[in-house]
Amino acid sequence: MSIAQVVDKETSIDNNEDGNQFLSFFMADEEYGIDILRVQEIRGWDSVTKIPNTPDYIKGVINIRGTIVPIIDLRLKFKTDSAIYDKTTVVIVVGVKTDGKTRTMGMVVDAVSDVYSITQEQIKEAPNFGSVVKTEFVQGLATIDEKMLILLEIDMLLNSDDLSVINTAEKTD
Amino acid sequence: MTTILAVDDSASMRQMVSFALKSAGYEVVEAADGVEALDKAKSQQFNLVITDVNMPNMDGIELIRKLRELDIYKYTPLLMLTTESAMEKKSEGKQAGATGWIVKPFDPEQLVATIKKVL
Amino acid sequence: MAIDMTQFLQTFYEESFEGLEIMEAELLNLDGGDASEDTINTIFRAAHSIKGGAGTFGLQEIAAFTHVMETLLDEVRDGKRDLCTDLINLLLRSADCVKAMMAASRDEEEYDVDEVESVQKSLRALIDNKTDTTAPTTPDADPAKGKVESSEVSYKISFIPLPNLLQTGNDPARLFNELDELGKLTIDVDHDAMPELVDLPVDECTLSWTLTLVTTEQPEVIRAVFDWVSDECELTISCDENEQPEPEQENATVESKEPSTTKVEPKPKEKSDKVKEQGSIRVGIDKVDSLINLVGELVITQSMLGQLGKDFAVERLEKLKDGLSQLERNTRELQENVMSIRMLPISFAFNRFPRLVHDLNQQLGKKIELKMTGEHTELDKTVLEKIVDPLVHLVRNSVDHGIETPAVRLKQGKPEIGTVELKAYHKGGSIIIEIRDDGAGLDTDRIHAKAVERGLIGSDEVLSEEQVYDLIFRPGFSTTEVVSDVSGRGVGMDVVKRNIRALSGVVDVKSVKNKGTIFTIRLPLTLAIMDGQLIQIGGHTYIIPLISIIESLQIKKELVNTITARASVYKLREDYIEIVPLYKIFGIEAMQTEIINGLLVVVEGDGKKVGLLVDDLLDQQQVVIKSLETNYKKVEGISGATILGDGTVAMILDIQGLIELAHRYEKIDDIKNNVSEVA
Repeated sequence: MSIAQVVDKETSIDNNEDGNQFLSFFMADEEYGIDILRVQEIRGWDSVTKIPNTPDYIKGVINIRGTIVPIIDLRLKFKTDSAIYDKTTVVIVVGVKTDGKTRTMGMVVDAVSDVYSITQEQIKEAPNFGSVVKTEFVQGLATIDEKMLILLEIDMLLNSDDLSVINTAEKTD
Repeated sequence: MTTILAVDDSASMRQMVSFALKSAGYEVVEAADGVEALDKAKSQQFNLVITDVNMPNMDGIELIRKLRELDIYKYTPLLMLTTESAMEKKSEGKQAGATGWIVKPFDPEQLVATIKKVL
Repeated sequence: MAIDMTQFLQTFYEESFEGLEIMEAELLNLDGGDASEDTINTIFRAAHSIKGGAGTFGLQEIAAFTHVMETLLDEVRDGKRDLCTDLINLLLRSADCVKAMMAASRDEEEYDVDEVESVQKSLRALIDNKTDTTAPTTPDADPAKGKVESSEVSYKISFIPLPNLLQTGNDPARLFNELDELGKLTIDVDHDAMPELVDLPVDECTLSWTLTLVTTEQPEVIRAVFDWVSDECELTISCDENEQPEPEQENATVESKEPSTTKVEPKPKEKSDKVKEQGSIRVGIDKVDSLINLVGELVITQSMLGQLGKDFAVERLEKLKDGLSQLERNTRELQENVMSIRMLPISFAFNRFPRLVHDLNQQLGKKIELKMTGEHTELDKTVLEKIVDPLVHLVRNSVDHGIETPAVRLKQGKPEIGTVELKAYHKGGSIIIEIRDDGAGLDTDRIHAKAVERGLIGSDEVLSEEQVYDLIFRPGFSTTEVVSDVSGRGVGMDVVKRNIRALSGVVDVKSVKNKGTIFTIRLPLTLAIMDGQLIQIGGHTYIIPLISIIESLQIKKELVNTITARASVYKLREDYIEIVPLYKIFGIEAMQTEIINGLLVVVEGDGKKVGLLVDDLLDQQQVVIKSLETNYKKVEGISGATILGDGTVAMILDIQGLIELAHRYEKIDDIKNNVSEVA
């Protein structure tokens, strides 16, 4: 799966009658999918600059062509067993919509896998299953060739808790 | 190419006059007051000069007087942009050697029509 | 030819606001003094230009309003009317009205119609009262527009030019062409007056004409054709058909006296495409030219380096170094030039104060003179725009609370007229703005009492003078007993301070009882680029704004005093300053966790000095400030980030924020200690 392929599929999305396309990736051996239109680029894991006093899953920030982009390790966020950084570890750079503006953020995952076309009918509501991801972040489940894909709601996901744009640091003294 | 010198201390007026004249196919050079206009007029022969009256440094009437004194502008149409209330300005301008005037407010069509009459 | 007039509106608004500012400044200059011809001309010209433009660009209401102003000013200019204080005040109000109307038109909003009408009425009343010149209240339209269809009439026109007609650039042939367009024209030349060929002067018109024109147009239209030459000819227009000659000697400048009630006003433009305030900057041609030159040089350097890179050999290393240093110079110059485009003189912020003080004087019955120096000091446009409100607040404050009434001043042996001084100047990489008054000074006892009352401090708390002054910047503090209209608008000094801090600036206050008060604001030159000191803690690089650094020093063991487990102080000459262990506050691993081995960077924020414990000092360099909030959110203790030469990101420290963070960190410890003591 190369970036070029992703971009190529993205541009042809308008003519796609089979539904939306999703980029899939692995975390703790489970496969997840996100709306491919939100994906800006995929890059290999590289060192980051830490932001002081932030939770461990906020790895820090990197410079992407002059913009400062925060990097969130989804595996740590969802408390998966291992979060190792090796040569397949990738950062998926996505656009997250909040308050009418789009923020660029990077998500660290184990590896990217494939691009699937998934129709609305294929998507089932997520039961309260035993995955590491809370149901509120899950858009639904899709079954493809016997495989199950957990479709993530990235706006919800990257806007929750400590990532919330509402400044929780507002002091009361 | 017919070249017109447009003089006004107001940038918006200058833009408008210049735009209208250029749209009508004239070459336009702009100046922001009488002093600048006189300088430009000396370095290049214009076929027509159109000037505002009230300007800092050198007003339009003084500009017209100075231009008329120059040999190369002896017969050149020199028009002033004046407001309807400044009646005495018109005769003052005439005495200084103005060919005529255009009354403000005017629209670009009027301006171009008037210019066409004298060129 | 249809030209969209809205395209010129933006420029028109800009120059009109400028004109109004000038008008206001000049009017305020006049206040009390004698009016020079120049000043009055300048004021007149501003009104005149706005009127002309407004009429042309379809803003009829503004045109009508400024017309009345202009008529009044014209009388002043002609010496028919004195510029008394009342008239100046009325003109100031008028300028406000025009501003409001202009802003309303630009933003497609409503303005206060009542105020405009009331001012307009007052202006008119003045005009009607004193003179008999009845000025038209609305701009006249082109007489040709009032054309009435009628049957064809034959006119006989006798046109006898004076010899000087040609000397104004007029040409009889042009007039005839124009007449020809009106109907059927027959021309008879009378050359009796023409001298012999040898005597023929080239620049004199010796011919005269009798013209017959059959047209449906009114006689006024025919006369209008001769309008420009009416002074240089004898013109008789008579009507052939109904035997009613109209022997009108057009030798005077009288135009058709009819007030033309049928005239059609150019219809005010329907709400046009919104001319948005795009926040444009006017840039001098010279600045643009110099940018173009610099880019030119950059291109040359780049091609030189490109050439070098194609076939590089070690022996050409010197050349490469030269090229790189040239590139560095180009870049620096380009950067300076680009930044200078954003710089505007602080007079843009200052110029509202004469008016403000003038109005406040009247309102409060005080006598205050405003002095301003350093108006040409330049600072970044964004900073400039944002500093206006805090400045207004501080000046209001000085006028309202600072300066005493004339009676009180006299009693204290001070000059009756108080002074408020605004001063701007560069110092280091910052802009300093001072607001100085020679008023009563801050009353420390009252401030202390008030702070106790408001629960900001305990009643037995003893504070230094500086600490007391700092109280006025605390939220929820206000010393006026009566909430006055002038400075008690519910906005306190805390907001002033917050706004200044948002600009990475600081404000502090010094005061001497009965001598006066000085507020000093220190601002960075620009918000985009900053001089920074790179420091290292653990493997991390941070940037401290150079503006906050007082000194850096190697820690001497004997000067360290440990207060609690978490708090230590360092004796710096006569002062004790807090040591802030950055690694602890940021929760990172440092190389130097022992205070005695570290380096101390003494910084100042919020009037407090603290020492930041760091591992190492690296370079000083200019850094481009990038916001963390674009994609993330505000982080306490961090004001932003920048990208270093190697492409990595480094955090820029927010000193004030850090101090707060450090205090909370220490307090946690206190609480813990207390808890353990109790246990």
